[in-house]
Amino acid sequence: MPEQFKSSTELERAPVIEPGHTFGTVTEKISAIVLTRPASNGWFIGFGLFFMVTMMMLYAIGYLFLKGIGIWGVTIPIGWGFAIVNFVWWIGIGHAGTLISAILLLLRQSWRNSINRFAEAMTLFAVACAGIFPAIHVGRPWLAYWLFPYPNTMRVWPQFRSPLMWDVFAVSTYATISALFWFTGLIPDFATLRDRSEKPILKMVYGMLSFGWRGSARHWHRYETMYLLLAGLATPLVLSVHTVVSFDFAIGIVPGWHTTIFPPYFVAGAIYSGFAMVLMLAIPIRKIYGLEDFITERHLQNSAKVMLATGLIVAYGYGIEAFMGWYSGERTDSFLLWNRLHGPYAFWYWSLLICNIFIPQVLWIRKLRTSPIALFFVSGVILVGMWLERFVIVVLSLHRDFLTSSWGMYYPTRWDYMTYVGTIGMFLMLMFLFLRVLPAISIFEMRTLLPEAEVKE
Amino acid sequence: MAKRDPIYGMMAEFDSAQALVDAAKKTHEAGYKKIDAYSPFPIEGLAEEIGMHFDEVPLTVLIGGIIGGCTGYLMQYWMSAVDYPLNIGGKPPHSWPAFIVITFEMTILFAGISAVLGMLAFNGLPMPYHPVFNVPRFALASKDRFFLIVFSSDKKYSAADTRKFLEGLAPRSISEVPS
Repeated sequence: MPEQFKSSTELERAPVIEPGHTFGTVTEKISAIVLTRPASNGWFIGFGLFFMVTMMMLYAIGYLFLKGIGIWGVTIPIGWGFAIVNFVWWIGIGHAGTLISAILLLLRQSWRNSINRFAEAMTLFAVACAGIFPAIHVGRPWLAYWLFPYPNTMRVWPQFRSPLMWDVFAVSTYATISALFWFTGLIPDFATLRDRSEKPILKMVYGMLSFGWRGSARHWHRYETMYLLLAGLATPLVLSVHTVVSFDFAIGIVPGWHTTIFPPYFVAGAIYSGFAMVLMLAIPIRKIYGLEDFITERHLQNSAKVMLATGLIVAYGYGIEAFMGWYSGERTDSFLLWNRLHGPYAFWYWSLLICNIFIPQVLWIRKLRTSPIALFFVSGVILVGMWLERFVIVVLSLHRDFLTSSWGMYYPTRWDYMTYVGTIGMFLMLMFLFLRVLPAISIFEMRTLLPEAEVKE
Repeated sequence: MAKRDPIYGMMAEFDSAQALVDAAKKTHEAGYKKIDAYSPFPIEGLAEEIGMHFDEVPLTVLIGGIIGGCTGYLMQYWMSAVDYPLNIGGKPPHSWPAFIVITFEMTILFAGISAVLGMLAFNGLPMPYHPVFNVPRFALASKDRFFLIVFSSDKKYSAADTRKFLEGLAPRSISEVPS
């Protein structure tokens, strides 16, 4: 066999778990992070920093409640500013977690077992960050509950023909199902922590969280059925959520929004940015907590391949947008394309193309695909690119629509930036907490990957 | 209330998943019907070996999903076409295509919640206390050991015979489980 092919097949077989592990060592290694390993100074510094950033967000939101959304940069014609950009960005990031936990489970991609737990946590925290924005951007945030159909003294109901209402249902269902999926996945691991912890208080807390799980064969049977069905339900759900988010735009008639390519292109973009976030989290976590045995080169490589594929779908989306701008013969559509390439926001559009399309092509090179540092960098670039994409979609379409008399510019204020950076801080703060109190890798699913778990009839 | 048997069952400990599956099979074939097996991870086919033939969860999810879908659609129909019909953009009050998205989301929501609640309910969870936890070695059932129990409520159960039978399965240890 020629040398270059030989090395490629060997890499292809990079194991999901490094050899030499048993049920005991897997259990010990993962539960030790939570139970015995003392929190390092680095952890406290990181947590403290992100906690302060979260406080900054709360300050910005508090001031918003006091003054109203006039403190933001949104004005007519740009009524949707950072709030919607960030909402779409965060919810998209969440999608990779569900993809890993549900879709890859159905496809029997067992390598997912070592990254699904924290990817699901990532989903949950990202959805929490996303959920903040629609609630605070409504103008009178204390009345945000009007979005839900509840019997009220005004005797009116929400407007179900509006995609914004669909969004309320899609996102709240998504948050609920993600939380259920994550929590039920944790139940057997809570039992492990209950049995492994020395302190009575921890035993009690983990014991309660485990619901008294004892690993009975009948319980496992129902559990597995439930898990599989939940995965089957979450799969169409996750595809529907970003589809519905894209309907918020596509149902409108604004140039650049009113296109049928939006749903698939949004879903691909969501998975693209989500895997970038998974890698940005996984690379430092595996290094700091010494989990290279469980999150191996294979995981990095597979995630990079998913990014490459979804990135190309996104590139196709951009291509079709540009093509339709020209081919449709619609003046507003072709103007939109011109405005993106040469208008006042051209710098951002070009940056978006560089971040999302050109730079990620380096992932074709195997050496970079398996290098944690290169992947970390490329993932960061993709996350920036995907944020820019949402900025371009929201702001560039609104700022110059059909009538030149209603054109305008969008200038985000410090409050916009504080809220946005604040949610990143909150996300990372929650991640820090998660790593310390819950097993970041699914212990029981890791056990099933070991060769000794195989049973012959 | 009937007097509770002071002994809950007899428990055997095994080293591997394979040993547990073999032992469970033999125990069931020997005529013990009220048995259970415990493992640190799901083992395919083990539940069948100890006599579980019906899983209630799929039906629960189906029913939950149907209820969710009907709730979602009827809610929108009733609110937009019956209770407070509003003319919006000339669309008919019962504009069904617009109702599909929420109907779908509600189907998933109800089905998902029934999957989790159904699993917990049919498993009898949460149950913080259970007699098997009285065996100190049982703490390893969530790590790397495999356990098989014959309940004292089984017709064939007798302390001496059952212990002898379990010993024949070459377990690592045997303990009586107080209830």
